[in-house]
Amino acid sequence: MASPSPLLRALLLMALAALALYPMAGDTFYLQLFAKIMIFAIFAMSLDLLVGFAGLVSLGHAAFFGLGAYTLMLLSPQYEATSLWLSLPAAVSVAAIGALLIGALVLRTSGVYFIMVTLAFAQMLYYFAIKSTALGGSDGAYIYVKPDAAILGWRPFDLGNRVHFYYVALALMVGAYALLRIVLRSLFGHVILGIRANEQRMRALGYPVFRYKLAAFVLAGALAGLAGYLEAAQYGYVNPEFFGWQQSGSLLMMVILGGIGTLFGPILGAFALTLLQDFLSDEAIFHGFHKHWLLPMGIFIILAVLLLPRGLGGFALGGARPAPEIADD
Amino acid sequence: MTIRQSRRRMLKGIAASAGVAAASTILPVRFAIGQAAKIKLGLMLPYTGTYAALGKNIDDALKLAIAEGGGKLGSRDIEYAVVDDESEPAKATENATKLVTRDKVDILIGTVHSGVAAAMVKVAADNNTLLVIPNAGVGAATGPLCAPNIFRTSFSNWQPAFAMGKVAAERGQKRAVAISWDYAAGKESTGGFKEGFEAGGGKVESELYLPFPQVEFQALLTQIGSLKPEVVYAFFAGGGAVSFVKDYFAAGLRKSIPLVGPGFLTDGTLQAQGESAQGLETTLHYADGLDIPKDKSFRAAFKSAVSREADVYAVQGYDTGQLLVAGLAAVNGDVGARDALVAAMEKTTIDSPRGKFTLSKAHNPIQDIYLRKVEGLENKYAGVAVKSLADPARGCKMA
Amino acid sequence: MLHEKSAMADGYIFLIQILNGVQYGLLLFLVASGLTLIFGIMGIINLAHGSFYMMGAYLAFSLTELVGNLWLAILLGIPLSVAIGLALELLLFRRLYRRDHLYQVLLTYGLILIMEELRSLLVGDDVHGIAIPALFDFSIRLTDTLSYPAYRLLMSAICLGVAALMALVIQRTRLGMTIRAGANNREMVELLGIDIGLVYRVVFAAGVALAAFAGMIAAPVASVYPGMGNQILIVSFVVVVIGGIGSIKGAFLGSLLIGLADTFGQVLAPQIAGMTVYMLMAAVLLWRPAGLFGRA
Repeated sequence: MASPSPLLRALLLMALAALALYPMAGDTFYLQLFAKIMIFAIFAMSLDLLVGFAGLVSLGHAAFFGLGAYTLMLLSPQYEATSLWLSLPAAVSVAAIGALLIGALVLRTSGVYFIMVTLAFAQMLYYFAIKSTALGGSDGAYIYVKPDAAILGWRPFDLGNRVHFYYVALALMVGAYALLRIVLRSLFGHVILGIRANEQRMRALGYPVFRYKLAAFVLAGALAGLAGYLEAAQYGYVNPEFFGWQQSGSLLMMVILGGIGTLFGPILGAFALTLLQDFLSDEAIFHGFHKHWLLPMGIFIILAVLLLPRGLGGFALGGARPAPEIADD
Repeated sequence: MTIRQSRRRMLKGIAASAGVAAASTILPVRFAIGQAAKIKLGLMLPYTGTYAALGKNIDDALKLAIAEGGGKLGSRDIEYAVVDDESEPAKATENATKLVTRDKVDILIGTVHSGVAAAMVKVAADNNTLLVIPNAGVGAATGPLCAPNIFRTSFSNWQPAFAMGKVAAERGQKRAVAISWDYAAGKESTGGFKEGFEAGGGKVESELYLPFPQVEFQALLTQIGSLKPEVVYAFFAGGGAVSFVKDYFAAGLRKSIPLVGPGFLTDGTLQAQGESAQGLETTLHYADGLDIPKDKSFRAAFKSAVSREADVYAVQGYDTGQLLVAGLAAVNGDVGARDALVAAMEKTTIDSPRGKFTLSKAHNPIQDIYLRKVEGLENKYAGVAVKSLADPARGCKMA
Repeated sequence: MLHEKSAMADGYIFLIQILNGVQYGLLLFLVASGLTLIFGIMGIINLAHGSFYMMGAYLAFSLTELVGNLWLAILLGIPLSVAIGLALELLLFRRLYRRDHLYQVLLTYGLILIMEELRSLLVGDDVHGIAIPALFDFSIRLTDTLSYPAYRLLMSAICLGVAALMALVIQRTRLGMTIRAGANNREMVELLGIDIGLVYRVVFAAGVALAAFAGMIAAPVASVYPGMGNQILIVSFVVVVIGGIGSIKGAFLGSLLIGLADTFGQVLAPQIAGMTVYMLMAAVLLWRPAGLFGRA
C-alpha cells in the first residue's frame, strides 16, 4: 500500500486540527452530528481491519456494535447514571467475547459463505432483541442518564455536556486509529497481511492461521463494541436495528467508499457519507425533492464505485487507477 | 435562524480554526420577545409506509383547524418544519432531535406509531420542548413519562381496548385469543383488553404476536382455528388492518369465531376491506353517524378541503389544531410563556367532532368510548361502550 | 371418542400448517432461484434482487389499474420485466462480472436506493392492495373452523409449474446444459468457445423476470408497499446459501426448508420466531460449508 505523501499527511493533520477546534465556533446540531460521525469512524476503522487488512468481508459487524450498545443499556439503572469506568470496559468485553464465540464458528467458512454466515449471526441477535421484552423489543429502550465519568468524587468531564462528549469521541477516534496503526505495524499485523495475501503459504510457514484471524476478529469486534457504547450513550437510545443488516451494509459502504486498507479512508468515508446524506435531505436547499435524497445518494454510490474504485482514501494515495481484479473464492 | 445560515456557520467555523480569522457572530436563536417572528411547528408524522394515510389525515386536519382559527396562532404567523418518521423507532430519536436542535421548532407535533412517539417524548423531555401527540397511544406518555410539556389529544392504547374487553365479558364470553404486532402499542392494546375482559370473568387463553409491520398471518390464523376461542381480539392499523381483516375472512374464521378490536381495525380501511369487514364490531372514541353538530360540520369541511372522508385520525389532528389555537390565543402568541400556556391548554374544553372532552391531569383525553358496527362503508355508532373513560395514568407523577 | 376427534383435528391442523409452510416456500423459491442463477452463473452478488420483486408487485398494481385484469397485467408485466432486466444488464451489471464481490455489493446497494426512490417518484408511497381475481376469490373449507383461500393454492400450483419448467430447461436443453456447466466451471465454458455473454444475458433476464413474476402473483395476498423487497431479499440469500450457490435443486429444497421452519417456528417456538431461519442457515453452513448441493 502506498505511503501517504507529505502533502496528504499535512492535509489530514490540518483536518484533524480543524476538528479539534470546531467546538469553539460550532452549532449544537453539528456538534452532535460530528460526534456521531467520529463514533462511526471508529466503527468503520474496525471493519477496515477485517475487510482491508485481514481480507475478511463481514456483513454482520453490526452484531458487536449492538452488543456494546445493549450492554450499556442493561447496566444503566432506570433513572441514575452508571459509572463510565465500569460500563465502558464491560461493553467492550461483552463485544469481544461475542466476537470470540461467533468468530470461532464463522471463521471456518470462507468467501461468500463467510459473508452470509456473519450476516446470519447478526440477524439472530437482531431477532433476539426484537423478541426480548427485557431488551425493549422492536421499539428499543432508553438510557435516561448518561454514564458518569466520576472517579472517587472527581469528575474530569461530563458526558452530558455536548462539547465534552465531542472531545471524548474525538480522543477515542484518534486513539483507535493509533492503536490500529501500532497493531498493523507489529509482527501480528504483518502476519495478518501475509494471511490475506496467501493463506496457504502462511500455513506452510507454520503460522496458526486460524488463531491470527480470530484475534483480528476479536479486536475488530471490541472496537465495534466501543463505537456501539458511545452511540448508545450519545442519544440515550438502543434499538434492534443496531444489529441489523442495513447497519452492517451502510458501514461497509463507508469503508469501501472511504478506501479499503487505508485506515484513514474509512474516517473520510464516514464523514463523506453522513454529510452527503445531511446535505441531500436538507429541505432548505432542495425543497420538494429533499424527500427523495436516496436517489442522488444511490447515484453517487454507483458513480463512486465506477470512477473511484479505490475509494476516497485510495484516490488520495495513488490516483484513480482501477482496482486490481481479485480472483473469485 | 435558517438552515442555510446554520450551515454557513459550520463552514465558517472550520475556516476559522484553520487559521483564517473570521468573526463568526452567533445570531440569537429566536427572538425572546418578538411578536413579529413566526411560530415554528415541527411536524413529525408518517408520510410513507403502512401508516401513511393516517399521517396525511392528521396533517391536513391540523391545518384545517388552524385555518378555521384564522390561520394564525395567537395572532402570529406559522411556519412548518416537516419530517417523515416512516414509523421507524430506530430513526426516531435522531429525527426528533433534528427538529428540536437544528430546526429549533417551538412546538413539536407527532406521531402515529407508539415506538416513534416514545422517542419524541424523550427528546421533548431532554430539551423541554412542548409536545402534542395527535395519535400514538403509548401509555408511558401520560403515564410514567408524563410531564407538563407533554399533551395528547387522541387516546391511550388502553382506553378503547379496555372498553372492548368489558363489552365482551358483559356478553358472557369466557375464552379469548388476542393477536397484534409485537411492539409497545400492540402489547398495551392486548393488555387493556385483557384487563377489561378478565375483570368481567373471562380469560385470555393465548396472546399471539408477529413483528411489526409484517402481514403474513397464515400460520397464526391456523393456530387460532385450532385454539377455537369464543372471541378474537385483534389490534392492527393502516395497511396491516386491511390485510388482517381480509385474511381472517378468507380463512373462514368469521363464520365461527367473532372478531373484535379497537376501532383502528376498521378506520380508514373499509374501502379496501370490502365484504370481509361487514358486521365487525369495534370500540373507539369516534364513530360514523354521531348525532353531534360539530361532527357534521367538521366532516363537511374536511371533505371539501381534501376530497377525502374524515376518520378518527383526522378528528385527532383537528383537535390538536384546536388545542393549539385555544392555548396560544390565551397567551397572546407568547410561546415562551410556558407555564401560562400549559395552564391554558390544561383548562381547555375541546369542542371535538367526537363530542366535547377535557384533559386528565396526565394530559390525556377523558372521553366516551363508543361501540361501532361496520355497515357498508361506515363504522356505524351502536351505543356507548363506556362513558367518560379516563386512562388510569399509572406511574404518572402529575395525576 | 372425543380424544380421537381431537387427535384427528390436531392432525388436520398440522397438515394445514405444512400447507402454509410449503406455500410460502414455493413463492420464496421463485425469487431465490433467480438469485442463485445470477450468483452461480454470473458470479454476481445482487443485493437489488428484492427490488425486482417489488418492481413486479408495483407493475402488477399499476397495470391492473390500467387494464382492469390481473392476468392481463401479468401477461404484459413479464415482457416489461425482461426488458428492464436486459437494460440493467447492459448499463450496469455488465461491469460487474470480473469485479470483487465488495464492488458488486456496493453497486447493487446503490441500485436498491435508486429503485426505491424511483418507485416513490413514479407511484408514490401509499400501501396498495390488488383484488384477488374473482374466479379464485373463494375459500375451501378444511376443518370446522378453518378454510384455505383458493388463490393461495393457485399460487402454489403456479410456482410448482414454474419449478417444473425450470427443471425441464436445465436438464433437457442445450441452454440448460450450458448453464449447468457455467455454474460448475465458468472459465472452461468460455474456453470451449461458447458465447458466455449471451448466456449471461439470458440468465440475468430470467432471474429478474422470476423475481418480478413472484411479486406479481403474490401481490393480491401480500399487499404492495414501500420496502417490501427488503424482507424477501435477505431470506432469499439464506435460501441460496443453504441450498448451495448455483444449484436450482438446492434452492428448491432450501426454500421448502425455510418455509416450513418459519411457519412452525412461529407456532411452536414464538420466542425464537424469526431467528429460526438464521439458526438453520448457521447450522447447515457449519455442517456443509458449501451448502447442501454446492461445490466447495
